[in-house]
Amino acid sequence: MGILKELRNPNISSHDTEHQEGAPILEISNLSVRYENAIALDDISLRVSTAERLAVVGPNGAGKSTLFKVVAGVLQPSSGEVKIAGQKPGGHICIAYVPQRSQVDWKFPVSVADVVMMGRIRKLGLLRWAKPRDWDYVRQSLRVVGLQDLAGRQISELSGGQQQRMFIARALAQEAELMLMDEPFTGLDMASQEDILQIIVELQKRGVTVLASTHDLNLASEHFDRVLLLNRRVFGLGPPQEVFTTDRLLRAFGGHLRLMQTESDVLALGDTCCEDETSHAHLA
Amino acid sequence: MPTWLEVLLEPFSYAFMVRGMAAALMVGVVCATVGTYIVLRGMAFFGDALAHAILPGVAVGYLVGGGAREPLFWWSLVTAIAASIGIGAISKGAQLREDTAIGIVFAGMFALGIALISTVRDYTADLAHFLFGDVLGVSAGDLYLIAIFGGLILLVVFLFYKEFLVLSFDPLLAATLRLPVHLVETMLLVLTALAVVVSLQTVGVALMVAMLVTPAATAYLLTRRLPSMMALGALIASLSGVIGLYLSYYISIASGAAIVLTSTVFFLIAWAVRTVQRISANFYPKTDRL
Repeated sequence: MGILKELRNPNISSHDTEHQEGAPILEISNLSVRYENAIALDDISLRVSTAERLAVVGPNGAGKSTLFKVVAGVLQPSSGEVKIAGQKPGGHICIAYVPQRSQVDWKFPVSVADVVMMGRIRKLGLLRWAKPRDWDYVRQSLRVVGLQDLAGRQISELSGGQQQRMFIARALAQEAELMLMDEPFTGLDMASQEDILQIIVELQKRGVTVLASTHDLNLASEHFDRVLLLNRRVFGLGPPQEVFTTDRLLRAFGGHLRLMQTESDVLALGDTCCEDETSHAHLA
Repeated sequence: MPTWLEVLLEPFSYAFMVRGMAAALMVGVVCATVGTYIVLRGMAFFGDALAHAILPGVAVGYLVGGGAREPLFWWSLVTAIAASIGIGAISKGAQLREDTAIGIVFAGMFALGIALISTVRDYTADLAHFLFGDVLGVSAGDLYLIAIFGGLILLVVFLFYKEFLVLSFDPLLAATLRLPVHLVETMLLVLTALAVVVSLQTVGVALMVAMLVTPAATAYLLTRRLPSMMALGALIASLSGVIGLYLSYYISIASGAAIVLTSTVFFLIAWAVRTVQRISANFYPKTDRL
């Protein structure tokens, strides 16, 4: 148990910036992001405590990727503040951004283990090479996501679910305490989604906080502690059954949502497409 | 009837052929190594533009030096580094699409170079050397410069291997890990500039992009890991250099063109092999596919 404890090198702190005792792992206050002629995020405030699973739900263009990039510290907010364990995000490497599968060139000549090792390069430092201990981290991270037998494969040989798990292994190898998963379930079959969900439960046991963006209202309500209903601004934050009311969903999703009244329940059919909403985002 | 050995050894009785072979070998290794990143990052057009953009620098050196060849290396070095950083900046702050902006600047610079050189009487032979290379005119001094700068390039690629890898594969990861992204990116651009300068005499500015891209792309088709892609690319590029020079010697064709054509043939062979493999894989699907 406790891979993070096993994995952690006692000599190196897992973050460059010291964490404040008792501060929430993530605290966002009055955050806004404006692009030249559009508002991506408007006055977002939110607190996430350690080992929580939070689903970020909203239609395309709701600003989910933008929110993650600001939290990861690669995009500067126009106003407001993000604090990671009480400190600004700029100095932390304990945050991992788990990218959408569509953002990566899968024909790139690297193996699964190579990609997972990339999570450790900051720990290694400039002009240093991976030591046996670093390869141990990679192996253990791959074991957590069940890819230990595919370590030597070229990444294009993986299925979609395996690709997603590889990125989670990379975040583990990075010793991340806060994982930002951008559409981790998109385009996966049920079995692969189930694998990812189980890994997220496992991460929670190990004290890792997970924020995952998704279109899938059912997934979000069944497998996450809290949901953030987002469409540029916050339309609801709390336990799924409180947030996913017909009224709130309709307001957040607008015309993109179809609601069907069934005998016992309201069935929500979210929008089905999942285009990359990050094309207009700029790296800081 | 000469034996094969005589055929192989005859060119080496000329000192200029020995120097040419040495230059082609070193340039092949350096260009294929740097070219690996150019292929993987989709920067072929940048490499082509950069090579053309150094012509005005070469031309000024040519005019100032009254046709002397030795100082040209340094003139091209300064121009190439300035051009690589300049083109890098254009692609960030452009009002137009990046490739349009680069196209305008590189064609303008190239024209300026030709205009400057054309002010000299009987300039055509020298211009042809700058455009298409003159590997048989490589001096011992040039060889030292190629060895020193080529060695420097390989050393930097080796030392910053993992940073270049992460930046090329996933720039967002590089940013979240707080790597100095802009610095690493600029280093890659400057390395490309140095590779262009080192290869200038071998293939000239007009054929440069082939040295940067073709052997690396050939290796990309045949390998699955970055180190093997670099090694195979370097091998293919050196072989192309040597075979090209033999062709140039025995059938009297321009050396730069012979080298590039040889590497193109290597690429076509690799491409054909891969295509046949793909088709046959479709006919006989593997049973253990994931």
